[in-house]
Amino acid sequence: MLWKKTMVVTAGLVLLIFPIADGTWSKPVHGFSSQVIQQGATGDDVIELQARLQYLGFYNGDIDGVFGWGTYWGLRNFQYEFGLEIDGLAGQEVKDKLVKASNYDEGYVKKQIREGKDFTHYGGVPKSKQTKQPAGQSPPSSKQPEGQEGGQGGGQPDEPTAVNVPSGYSQNDIQLMANAVYGEARGEPYVGQVAVAAVILNRVQSASFPNTASGVIFEPRAFTAVADGQIWLEPNDQAKEAVMDAINGWDPSGQALYYFNPNTATSDWIWTRPQIKQIGKHIFCK
Amino acid sequence: MIRWSFIVVLSIAAVGLGVWGYQENQDKNAVLIQAENSYQRAFHDLTFNIDLLHDKIGSSLAMNSKQSLSPQLADIWKISSEANSDVGQLPLTLLPFSKTEEFLYDVGDFAYRTAVRDLEKKPLSDEEVKLLEELHEKSGEIESELRKVQNVVLSDNLRWMDVELALATNDEAGDNTIVNGFKTVEKSMDSFESSVTEVGFGSSGPEKNYRNLQGENLTKEEAKKTASKWLEKVDTEKLTLTKSGKGADVPTYTASFQEGDKNGYIDLTEKGGHPLTMMISRDVNDPEISLYEASEKAKEFVSGLDIDNLELVESNQYDKMGVFRFLYTKNDVRFFPDAVVVKVALDNGEVLGLSARDYYDYHKDQDLNEPEISLEEARSKVNPNVDIQEHHLSVIENDLKEQVLCYEFLTTMESTTYRIFINASTGEEEKVETLKKAEMKFNQEI
Repeated sequence: MLWKKTMVVTAGLVLLIFPIADGTWSKPVHGFSSQVIQQGATGDDVIELQARLQYLGFYNGDIDGVFGWGTYWGLRNFQYEFGLEIDGLAGQEVKDKLVKASNYDEGYVKKQIREGKDFTHYGGVPKSKQTKQPAGQSPPSSKQPEGQEGGQGGGQPDEPTAVNVPSGYSQNDIQLMANAVYGEARGEPYVGQVAVAAVILNRVQSASFPNTASGVIFEPRAFTAVADGQIWLEPNDQAKEAVMDAINGWDPSGQALYYFNPNTATSDWIWTRPQIKQIGKHIFCK
Repeated sequence: MIRWSFIVVLSIAAVGLGVWGYQENQDKNAVLIQAENSYQRAFHDLTFNIDLLHDKIGSSLAMNSKQSLSPQLADIWKISSEANSDVGQLPLTLLPFSKTEEFLYDVGDFAYRTAVRDLEKKPLSDEEVKLLEELHEKSGEIESELRKVQNVVLSDNLRWMDVELALATNDEAGDNTIVNGFKTVEKSMDSFESSVTEVGFGSSGPEKNYRNLQGENLTKEEAKKTASKWLEKVDTEKLTLTKSGKGADVPTYTASFQEGDKNGYIDLTEKGGHPLTMMISRDVNDPEISLYEASEKAKEFVSGLDIDNLELVESNQYDKMGVFRFLYTKNDVRFFPDAVVVKVALDNGEVLGLSARDYYDYHKDQDLNEPEISLEEARSKVNPNVDIQEHHLSVIENDLKEQVLCYEFLTTMESTTYRIFINASTGEEEKVETLKKAEMKFNQEI
């Protein structure tokens, strides 16, 4: 009987997933596909994993499609309770057990995400009580009030509502740095852009510069792109990627603190700095 | 008739132009005054803070009771940080002023470390008192120089906008009084650097750079071959090779290639040819493989490095990329400073980046002491309100830039995860980190 039910649920899922996959979804990895889901992943599989874990009461965080620490501990507890190997990876066996033990109301979850609502997916609780509850009733939503009411709609439905960000930085910090990198080095090769981002971060670390990225960027006369307003051009994705790489530890500049374009540099002093290397048009120095 | 109307139109246009020009000029002046005022504010704040700093250091020298010394040092820490931020708001970037900034940083660093220390148990040592005296003297010198500059600025109505102009046009900026004053301040700091490092404080710290690189020096030909090995066996003919200049921390070869839309870049150490930074840039399509598969590719890739025992500790999906952080491990001890990061494209699993700079910079083959306290003892030092989920033995770099062996506990409280390090010999809580949660998307399109 249970087996039959599972079959029906699975078949329903498959039906639900494929038509959409052909149409509006850009992500080919979806709906408990064959992939092993591991910490750090984002996407539809993670939404389903979180929803199913929450159905069983192992996960109390937001169903946001990002496999973070909360999901990791939830999954491990699930593995422990169900006598599986505790490794925090959602492999085939884990997914089978999850599908067997829980119901996943994909239509409901996706609808809430699309509408940008605060919602939960606990088993045995009527759906009407799980959306937009007044603060206090549902532990996860009361702890983290979400400021995305009415957002998310329209634009891109069915995507995770959160993103991974490197520790210590928010998307807005990254955006600001991408602005600076784009203004300073948009004609440079990709490596040159990463190097410029790395110089900003090296300055944040250095004793003789301000201690925040914004302090470094807006230091008077530090960057020509800030002085002439080019920083406010709309950066492209490459500039953002360069900033992400620099934050994640890439530093092609060789721990430089300064760089200059030898053709346009007006200061003699900058030529006295010990040089490290040239990337594209910029010479990087200590 | 026509002539008259012509004259009327022209004079209206002339008057209009005049009014418009006048308004533009007014607007421009207003903006200039705004900018000038914010420079003036930063400058006068700076002189005031340096003045205060000098006084506070002086009175801390005269203090005897430990109860008042700690708050005093905390105050010094705060003031030096404010002074540093004032400097950051002045247009001094192209002016050699970095020694003074480092001085302020050193003062703050010293004050912080002594302020948080239990001065009852560990009072200031003789060297530290000596250092404090020197800080007092130096801050006095800066103070009097800055007061002189301030006096000239006020009596002669000097403007910081002129400093900017002087620095921008670079007509031997020597003529500007403010610039001269700041140069004098900087000069007075020349003798300071040496003494601060003796006590083990300060920004310059002990040299650590790449001391343990193994291997022979590479020739250019060998460097090209090694570079090609890392850059997907690209033809060595296509590689451009350059050597690092004298500013580099460690001598490196840089090789790069450009092939259609794809370009590659690698830094190799001259000694031993170890890859420090490798990047390949190309257009990446939508994800086809899972993060897990990508992590397998990353593991396979790092096994090609000459580093044994790398353990994957963190993986993250950033849009179309997977980024994996590995740590060096030895006898199940994880070395946090010795990190290697690998970036994998999620469209076809190609490795697009490697950063092993941290590993080669920090790694030293040291013999580890056995932990002096047991796991249970360390466990008892952890805040009882958190649930301990996992534990490891790890080496981290602490506030004093020393590598210490710690028990690492991954713990949860409510829905947040914390990483807690307990020193394995003293039982002190060395570090507590909040592990970042995913950030919700702020809506780009509504």
